[in-house]
Amino acid sequence: MDSVPLFPEQATAHAEQVDALFFFLLLVSGFFIALIAGLLVYFSIKYRRRSDADRPAATASSLKLELTWFLIPLPIALFIYIWGAQLYFSWARPPDDCMEIYVVGKQWMWKFQHLRGQREINELHVSVDQPVKLTMISQDVIHSFFVPAFRIHQDVLPGRYTTVWFQATKPGKYHLFCSQYCGTDHSRMVGTVIVMEKRDFEIWLAAGGDGSMAAEGRKLFQKLQCVTCHSADARARAPVLEDLFGAAVHLKDGRTVQADDGYLRESILDPDAKIVAGFQSIMPSYKGLIDEEEIAQLTAFIKSLRPGQTPRRNEEAEPPLALPIPRKTP
Amino acid sequence: MSANHSSLAHHFADHEQQHEVAVLGMWVFLATELMVFGALFAGYAVYRAQYPAEFAAGSRALNIWFGGINTVVLLSSSLTMALGVHGAQVGRRNVAVMCLALTALLGTAFLVIKGFEYHGDYVEHLVPGLSFSDQDWLGREPHVHPEKVKLFLFFYYTMTGLHGVHLLIGIVFMTVLTILAWRGRFTPQYYGPIEVGGLYWHFVDVVWLFLLPLLYLIGPR
Amino acid sequence: MSTATLQPPSEESRPAPMEVNYLDVEYGVKSWLLTTDHKRIALLYLISITIMFFLGGAFIAVVRTHLLTPSGALLDADTYNKFFTMHGIIMVFFFLIPAVPAVLGNFLLPMMIGAKDLAFPRLNLLSWYLYMFGAAFTLWAVLSGGVDTGWTFYTPYSTASSHTNVIPAALGIFITGFSSILTGLNFIVTTHRMRAPGLTWFRLPLMVWSLYATSIIMLLGTPVLACTILLLAIERTLGIGIFDPALGGDPILFQHLFWFYSHPAVYIMILPGMGVISEVIPCFSRKNIYGYSFVAFSSVAIAVFGFLVWGHHMFVAGQSVFAAMVFSLLSYLVAIPSAIKVFTWTATLYKGSIAFDTPMLYAFGFIAMFTVGGLTGLFLAALGLNVHVHDTYFVIAHFHFIMVGGMVMAYMSGLHFWWPKMTGRMYPEGWGRLAALIIFVGFVLTFLPQFVVGYLGMPRRSHHYAPEFQVLNVMSTAGASILSVGYVLPLVYLIWSLGYGKLAGPNPWKATGLEWQTPSPPPPDNFAVTPTVTEAPYQYAKGVNVVG
Repeated sequence: MDSVPLFPEQATAHAEQVDALFFFLLLVSGFFIALIAGLLVYFSIKYRRRSDADRPAATASSLKLELTWFLIPLPIALFIYIWGAQLYFSWARPPDDCMEIYVVGKQWMWKFQHLRGQREINELHVSVDQPVKLTMISQDVIHSFFVPAFRIHQDVLPGRYTTVWFQATKPGKYHLFCSQYCGTDHSRMVGTVIVMEKRDFEIWLAAGGDGSMAAEGRKLFQKLQCVTCHSADARARAPVLEDLFGAAVHLKDGRTVQADDGYLRESILDPDAKIVAGFQSIMPSYKGLIDEEEIAQLTAFIKSLRPGQTPRRNEEAEPPLALPIPRKTP
Repeated sequence: MSANHSSLAHHFADHEQQHEVAVLGMWVFLATELMVFGALFAGYAVYRAQYPAEFAAGSRALNIWFGGINTVVLLSSSLTMALGVHGAQVGRRNVAVMCLALTALLGTAFLVIKGFEYHGDYVEHLVPGLSFSDQDWLGREPHVHPEKVKLFLFFYYTMTGLHGVHLLIGIVFMTVLTILAWRGRFTPQYYGPIEVGGLYWHFVDVVWLFLLPLLYLIGPR
Repeated sequence: MSTATLQPPSEESRPAPMEVNYLDVEYGVKSWLLTTDHKRIALLYLISITIMFFLGGAFIAVVRTHLLTPSGALLDADTYNKFFTMHGIIMVFFFLIPAVPAVLGNFLLPMMIGAKDLAFPRLNLLSWYLYMFGAAFTLWAVLSGGVDTGWTFYTPYSTASSHTNVIPAALGIFITGFSSILTGLNFIVTTHRMRAPGLTWFRLPLMVWSLYATSIIMLLGTPVLACTILLLAIERTLGIGIFDPALGGDPILFQHLFWFYSHPAVYIMILPGMGVISEVIPCFSRKNIYGYSFVAFSSVAIAVFGFLVWGHHMFVAGQSVFAAMVFSLLSYLVAIPSAIKVFTWTATLYKGSIAFDTPMLYAFGFIAMFTVGGLTGLFLAALGLNVHVHDTYFVIAHFHFIMVGGMVMAYMSGLHFWWPKMTGRMYPEGWGRLAALIIFVGFVLTFLPQFVVGYLGMPRRSHHYAPEFQVLNVMSTAGASILSVGYVLPLVYLIWSLGYGKLAGPNPWKATGLEWQTPSPPPPDNFAVTPTVTEAPYQYAKGVNVVG
């Protein structure tokens, strides 16, 4: 039989940091277990009952000792708390230069969309030494994205995006598990994260896929007639979407929100939840007409929209010629 | 289980202990009731904070007249309840019987009025699942989402329904107490069950006093 | 007039009242099913929870057998999912929560405070019937197809996706919850108002403090579970949307409501066990407990703080970083009182006179295993580490060390300690020690590998797992088979002792405590004369008067 692993691989710097805390805790625990077990054994032997007539004197409790064993564990506990909290911050805050990948979890598979267009099921190719941010959503029940080698976990929820990030430091293939029970084949909702060298990853990325997510999103933008209202004209019925992503949006009811992934998704599925100041609530909901992957593509497109890039409405395009174009005769 | 020809149960030292035990027991029980309603109030608070417009719109649709009259009815029943406890304490059997009976009657009146109110809600299409029309809620300013109005109405029916169940239990309790009081069961020494019934009744009343503003008075009408 | 069949003693031959014990005073099924004697009710509970324990154990025995291979040859996925769910539901709600309070607590609380019965004896009987009714409902759910949501019933899987008997199972738990609430109410009122003359709060045995703290949690936490289950059932039947994001609801709200009860629930499970240990250690080291008031206060502190930490089950669920930080800090604070108890028990042994009877062996096992389990709680409370081990076998190992290595061992300790008082018979000591040893070995072999495989990344609730985890799983299953032998032994010899065990006197252990001042088994009203208490508990140095 191959060697039985007793400790998971460390494939990110974060993993090494988590393990450092783990080992410290092992040390502290080992100390206290040895102390208690040792005392139990020692006292059991030294003070074992020698005769039935034994009548040991009562021991008064010492406030000093009581306070000692209250005040010594307390700072240790707080130290561990702070260390753990610091690790948690670094898990929760992705750096700015992340490569973004959209993830949809559904019973019982993981679907990935790269911005450049690759789509994968149950396999995720990434490059080594490149921070990756996953924006995730579930199509049905709660799942959880778990890669032991990266020491990261994040629940994947229906109706709301959650994100997790990592930066792999070692090429290889690593388990991906679903770790929130989600039904019959929960334990078969597994995959592989494939970390490649930078060059190999570039080759892989260029090789496959349809159009990029943004290009697919553009097609949807026209197919679903978004362009009818969301044109480049600021006086039109609907807000202009250029440079929208990340900006502050002033709403009709006085609130100001940030236009992030969640806002864009909500605006597509439930447009009346947040109406922009100066506009009426006339946008229809696309609930049921569009799935999570298509929403991600639309979002990618809107994110990419710079001034002057809003597609033109069909009526504004060049009309086709009425006559057939004469063939060039040889 | 022996027939109680003595009003002192065998495991108590004296009547005073028995009385104190009964009263403390009811207070402790009411603490658990607070936690049940508390969970519902917590859920209500979460969703009201998220969907203030829908909650206000739903609240406006409820019939404040029924709510108001019922409040007067229930408050009056608390008065008769308190008078009943006092009557038992001073040994005035007729007062006690009258007041307990009135309390039960007023409680029943509350439920009857509630029944009419629910019927009215049904006619007005305010019962998700049975009688509800999305159309009624569209096209309003500020905009409201029918799904979220349904959420408000769900809390309305669950909270008033749970309250109603508790009130019904209270009415049964009062009826039993009335009969026992009429039979001369209670003395100034032994009236624990009435005092305990009073605590329960007042609790049910207090819950209603919270439900009224939270459900009926969210926004201006 | 003598016949071959057993007759209750006739009026003339009936012995003087105090020589009749609670078992002999009346015969017949009706006298048991309509009893209001807290001691008989305790035995009714004993039978019920023992049955449920072995039922829950049977489910997990099949699961562990299935886990011998990574690709699951024994059970199909749906059946597997049902089996682990039902193991969890039965063990949590029908064994762990009632075990010590309903069996030992019911039997001992009135006796320990010198009372004739609990404050509300009929309510006590009702509690048992509610437990049985809830158990019947749940068993019906199990037999008619099972439920597969996990004992945690997370939405939206439980409300919108699962095709199993969610509502009957949930209703069973709902009904049993009332049993818990009423028992807690009974204990609190009893402790406040029915103590014997002279028995001030700080003269109470620590078992009473533990039961009191447990009762606070049962009282205040269980109603929230009741409400949560109600909402779950309504959502599943009517689809209102309270937990459905498509209709404006929030599935995380369910998690908050659920864990608001279920975290304090684990303190319901462990506090009474700690109470048992606080009685057993002084007795078998013939010493007063070290630092009585610290132990008493720590029980209450655990009960209070226990309500403030529920979010530590949700660090990766999508709650805010700020909330996570608060819950993590509070989780460390709640560990401190437990640590104080462990130090106290160890210090009590110092300069004592230590005997190694079965209850004491289990107590040692408890201290060791609870310490390990509790320390791994520090791992889980550390935010950054939790992100890795959440929902893996590491968590399973943590709570089994506390529940099985801690709570079940404490229960066994208490059962053996008070067995002579409850039945008038001694169990066979040799078999008792052997079973304790087997349980200890089996337990460690079952659950220690689970820490390793959990850190490696094996997720919970896995019908099918990665092949490299197999060796550790095989070790765990081997341990489980040893453990099951260990549990069957007491079942056999304790029942045997009812007929053939040595007769026990009132105080075979020479322990302090009012319950040891009456005959074994006790008379129906516990004491001939209500005792008056004049001194603190655990006065072992003064020597203990053994009555009779």
